[in-house]
Amino acid sequence: MTDALVTFSDVWKSYGQGEAQVHALAGVDLAIRKGEFVAIMGPSGSGKSTSMNIIGCLDTPTSGLHGFLGVDAGRLDRAQRAVLRNLYIGFVFQGYNLLPRTTAAENVELPLIYRGMPARERRDAAMQALAQVGLAGREHHTPAELSGGQQQRVAIARAIVTRPTLLVADEPTGNLDTQRSHEIMDLLTGLNRNEGLTIAMVTHEGDIASYADRTISFLDGKIASQGYEMESA
Amino acid sequence: MLWETIRLALRSVRRNAMRSVLTLLGIVIGVAAVIAMVTIGSGTTAKVREDISKLGSNLLVVRASRPDRSGTSNFTVRRLEQKDLDVLNKSLEDVRAVSGESQSQVRIVYGAQNTAAQVTGTDTEYFTARDWTVSLGRALTEQEVRGGTGVCLIGQTIRTQFFGSGDPLDEIIRVGKTSCRIIGTLGSKGYTGFGQDQDNLVLMPLTTYQRRIAGNRYIDTIYVSVNDGASTTQAVADVTAIMREARGIQPTRDDNFEVRDMTQIADAMTSATTAMTGMLGAVAGVSLLVGGIGIMNIMLVSVTERTREIGIRLAIGAHEKDILIQFLVEATVLSLLGGLLGIGLGLGLAGGAASFLSIPFAPSLTVILIAVVFSALIGMVFGFFPALRGARLNPIDALRHE
Ligand SMILES: Nc1ncnc2c1ncn2[C@@H]1O[C@H](COP(=O)(O)OP(=O)(O)OP(=O)(O)O)[C@@H](O)[C@H]1O
Ligand SMILES: [Mg+2]
Repeated sequence: MTDALVTFSDVWKSYGQGEAQVHALAGVDLAIRKGEFVAIMGPSGSGKSTSMNIIGCLDTPTSGLHGFLGVDAGRLDRAQRAVLRNLYIGFVFQGYNLLPRTTAAENVELPLIYRGMPARERRDAAMQALAQVGLAGREHHTPAELSGGQQQRVAIARAIVTRPTLLVADEPTGNLDTQRSHEIMDLLTGLNRNEGLTIAMVTHEGDIASYADRTISFLDGKIASQGYEMESA
Repeated sequence: MLWETIRLALRSVRRNAMRSVLTLLGIVIGVAAVIAMVTIGSGTTAKVREDISKLGSNLLVVRASRPDRSGTSNFTVRRLEQKDLDVLNKSLEDVRAVSGESQSQVRIVYGAQNTAAQVTGTDTEYFTARDWTVSLGRALTEQEVRGGTGVCLIGQTIRTQFFGSGDPLDEIIRVGKTSCRIIGTLGSKGYTGFGQDQDNLVLMPLTTYQRRIAGNRYIDTIYVSVNDGASTTQAVADVTAIMREARGIQPTRDDNFEVRDMTQIADAMTSATTAMTGMLGAVAGVSLLVGGIGIMNIMLVSVTERTREIGIRLAIGAHEKDILIQFLVEATVLSLLGGLLGIGLGLGLAGGAASFLSIPFAPSLTVILIAVVFSALIGMVFGFFPALRGARLNPIDALRHE
């Protein structure tokens, strides 16, 4: 496990106090290796999004260890996690989450602004990322002028423009039809194979999960299956 | 990066143009009020000083002391009369003119037209003492003043109103219950610094005024015009000594008259203007406070509306300070815009008022710069709390926000 990018050991995430306490995660152990494409499945409320938020360094565990790139990420403060996200993590959400009334190119440039990259370089990088997701020629369209599939491509371009180590995708095809879903999955698979991008992706659909190298299954805040052919491997 | 943020802020202000303008109204009105007041105020001060320097700093004004309301005054109230004028005329040296004046606001009628005017009863020396010129016809004569004849001179405002470009000489006008024959018109003096039309007047012999209008023998004011180069302080002392002696005032008693020179009066008037400017400044300050609260309110709305945007920015690596700066800049740009609009409006108002009151238009660069800095500060101060609230958002909650 020396090449593990993300590690959870006995991670708990609890909300509320006493009687009303809810354990969204109840002792989760997992590891995601560099270059791996992992799907996360499980029933609604089983803790998928909660663990994705921790994997993406948006959140910290209530107890247990969250390691990212060998760092004890659970101990980092808000600002340090912001730096980590900006440098190493890209996000793709179910609802695209693009800035409205802002062009595709400007949306993609956004993370680079917070890196303090000069405008000219930023623009070039954004154009390149948009071309990579097959949106060359649409750079100056706003989200309202793009289809759902196209908006999700812009979101992917925004996630990869920083050349992250890890891509965190919570139900990236949740709002798309089958045809569009498979196109997005081909794009993600390509990024994983060709660029070595590590991907952690939540999905509800088995055929979407089958694009991944393995599927981690959640049930009631615990891991039901790590998805290896042999658990001991 | 900062330029980027300013551009972003301008874009957001433009997108919500209507809302932005309404929000800015408080700031616009506040700044406009300050700019207009200060500009008009300093124009007025300049005008008052100019008026007074035109009158000449060598003019003394003598008036009867008013009874003190507390009743502790150490003098016998006594109004000015012909005797006082005569004794000053006889005893003062080194003076150009000594002139008595009584006046009141009286309705004057010519044919079917009528207006209210300042009717002044005076003597032949008045023209020298108060710097009046005769533009048409002639001045009063000694005989007319002594005899109380029904003759008068009219100011330019009345001339234009009653006669247009026609000839007013030898026409008869009614002044209150009496009437007089116009023997001349006065040269124009324009408005005073306080917006009073100096040309809306009728000048007649003092005796005529006393008998036919006032119905008494009193004089309101005696003007003493000191010769150029003579000391006004000395003249004030002389007038005081002569009056005390003539009125037989015991050394233990106070003067029952006041002698002032124009520089004193100028100072009093200027300080009145300054006090007024200060008070209106306070009113404007309150309006700016209201404007600031408006900014705070609209920024809170803006932060709430853009919670999801904040979530996205935080998720992809924005720091708290980036969000804080973004909204602070937005609030500052907004209030600065209000400030600039206010400065424009204020200068416009002041310019209009200046030409209407015929006072100098005196915009102060310092005051304008202060207004710019102040309105920017209002944005920063009142935008800080909403911006902080946006910056402190939890990215996960913010992303979930609908
Ligand atoms: N901020 C919160 N406060 C309280 N409870 C929460 C909070 N976030 C999540 N939970 C609870 O934690 C549990 C796990 O939530 P989570 O969002 O991880 O589920 P999920 O597996 O992503 O479900 P879904 O498939 O519906 O998205 C749920 O019972 C949820 O109600
Ligand atoms: Mg979820």
